[in-house]
Formats: sequence, structure tokens, C-alpha cells
Amino acid sequence: MATCPECEGTITLKGDVQEGEIVVCGDCGVDLEVISVSPAITLALAPQEAEDWGE
Amino acid sequence: MKIGVILSRVRVEEKWLFESLDKRGLDYDRLDDREIKFNLAAPGEWMKYDVVLERSLSFGRGLYACKVLNSLGVPTVKMATVGEICGDKLSTTAMLHQCNVPQPNVRLAFTPESALAAIEEMGYPVVLKPVIGSWGRLVSKINDRESAEAILEHREVLGNYQQQIFYIQEYVKKPGRDIRAFVVGDETIAAIYRTSSHWITNTARGGVGTNCPVTPDLNKICVEAAHAVGGGVLAVDVLEDEDRGFLINEINHTMEFHSSVPATGIDIQGKVIEYVVKVGSSR
Repeated sequence: MATCPECEGTITLKGDVQEGEIVVCGDCGVDLEVISVSPAITLALAPQEAEDWGE
Repeated sequence: MKIGVILSRVRVEEKWLFESLDKRGLDYDRLDDREIKFNLAAPGEWMKYDVVLERSLSFGRGLYACKVLNSLGVPTVKMATVGEICGDKLSTTAMLHQCNVPQPNVRLAFTPESALAAIEEMGYPVVLKPVIGSWGRLVSKINDRESAEAILEHREVLGNYQQQIFYIQEYVKKPGRDIRAFVVGDETIAAIYRTSSHWITNTARGGVGTNCPVTPDLNKICVEAAHAVGGGVLAVDVLEDEDRGFLINEINHTMEFHSSVPATGIDIQGKVIEYVVKVGSSR
């Protein structure tokens, strides 16, 4: 379980969640990045897509 | 062997790659591209890597990281020269042309006026693409002169100088789909059809992936295309033309494959890691 930093909604995450993974808040829909998984899961707003992002 | 993996985010692809590394008991570091820094005169920790797999979402960060690492003698997958070519559509076109690999007709112009003249020469419709860009962004199908004038005017006022490089590609009437093929080294390991009712078929834009058999002809042209840009681990986008057969549309150097593994049943991430190990072993 973690808290959305945007809307303070509760987010349930899978057990194998990793640092750097992007999750979506079910309440407000914002993209969140998993900053740490231990000792507690911490989330922050994910970086906005940049102009040079892609394959 | 010590492997570095440069990344921006842990997407499905990175999770699968890490699983493949773990499964093989390989020693690797995750290297967040927001945190890494280089000192060419004192590369320090970077020299411990036998090979670095570059998975950055950012074209610029990935390219320059590979440039530095290659200058230090650290091999990367992909090599910086390959990223430079594949990240620039005109460079890709030039290399394919030089190696006689079939591709759609292309015109290049540097002003809206000369671009309009080139478009009129080709005949409508045409596709205008930014030379640098991905996921189908700002790719425009131009159906008539009025649309051409409007789009060229819009491009002219965009701030980036690269928007003033007008890369004009023939519109190929494809059968509601294109092909995304995955080349690792000298082999096309898998391919999918990307089907969409929209003319842009990128899976990032809603195209649906289904398995595409890798025929000898498809394998041949994809491997030739990959070799033309320097080879390695590459995703080759192929168009099917009624008269000319396969045509190479684009080549992607940091490939996404989350929809292709379930569609093909091929362990793409495993093949990528095997290639990374091969490159690292030859250092």
C-alpha cells in the first residue's frame, strides 16, 4: 500500500514492484514513479514525457 | 562479467531484461540516466563494465552516454554510431540507400517553399516526418496542397531547428498493417504485424500486434537493413508494397517489445541478453 502524493488516495501495489517502475493512481489518474520499495514504498510524480523520448 | 544497464524507467521490457539477467546469474548494475555522470579524464567506476546495455527513454541521454563509453573502450548495445544513424531518419535513409536496401522514396528540403515543390513533384499523399522523433510524434500524412501549406507553415514556426529539415516520404499504401521485425546480430528473431484502422500503426499509438512469420525474404531484408546502420539489437519497421515487396520504413535502436513477446511467443529479452553477453565477452 502507498499514498498518492497528488490526491492522497490509497494505491495497492503488487509485491514485486520495483524502483523506477511507473504506476497510475486509480483515484486521480496521475502517473507515479516508485522511488523506493524499502523500508516503505514511496511514490513521486513521474517525469513528464520529453521531446526526445522514444525508441 | 560485469554488465551495466542504463535506463530511465523500469518498463515491462526492463523488468523482463532484469529477469533474464537474474535467470542467467549475471552480475549487473542498474544505472538511472538521471543520476549518472561522466568524467572522461577519470572514468573510474565506468571502466569496470565489460558491456553496457543502453535502455534510456531519452535519445539524447542514451546517445551521449554511449559516445562517452565507446570512447573509453566500453562496448555498448547499441553502439553510439548506430544510435546516431537510427535516431535520425535522414541518416538511416542515406545508409539504406548506400547499401541498396529497398525503402520508400524520400525527398529532403530545407525551406517550406522547396518542401512544397518537392511534395508537388512526388504527388499526394506524402508523409512529412521530423528527422528526429519517435512514437509517431508530428508525423503527418499530407493529402493535398492546402494541407501541405498549412503543415509546412506550422513546422516553420516551431522552435527547434530540426523542424526546418523537411523529410518527405512517399506514402506507401499498406494493407492496413506494417511489420515490426526484431533483429539480433545476424538473425531476425521475431516479427509482428501491427494492424490499425489508422494509417499510423505504432503500437504506442494503438496498433495491435499479431505474429508475423519470419520468411527467408523478410529475414534477408531486415538483416541487410540492420547491417546497413551498423547492426546489433534493432527493431526494423517494414512496409509491404504491392509491386515492390518489402520496403524498410524505419529502424529503432532502443526497441520496445512488450506487445511482441506475447504475440510471437519468442523470448526476445533472453535473446537480447545473450547478445549483450556475446558483446561483453569479446571486449
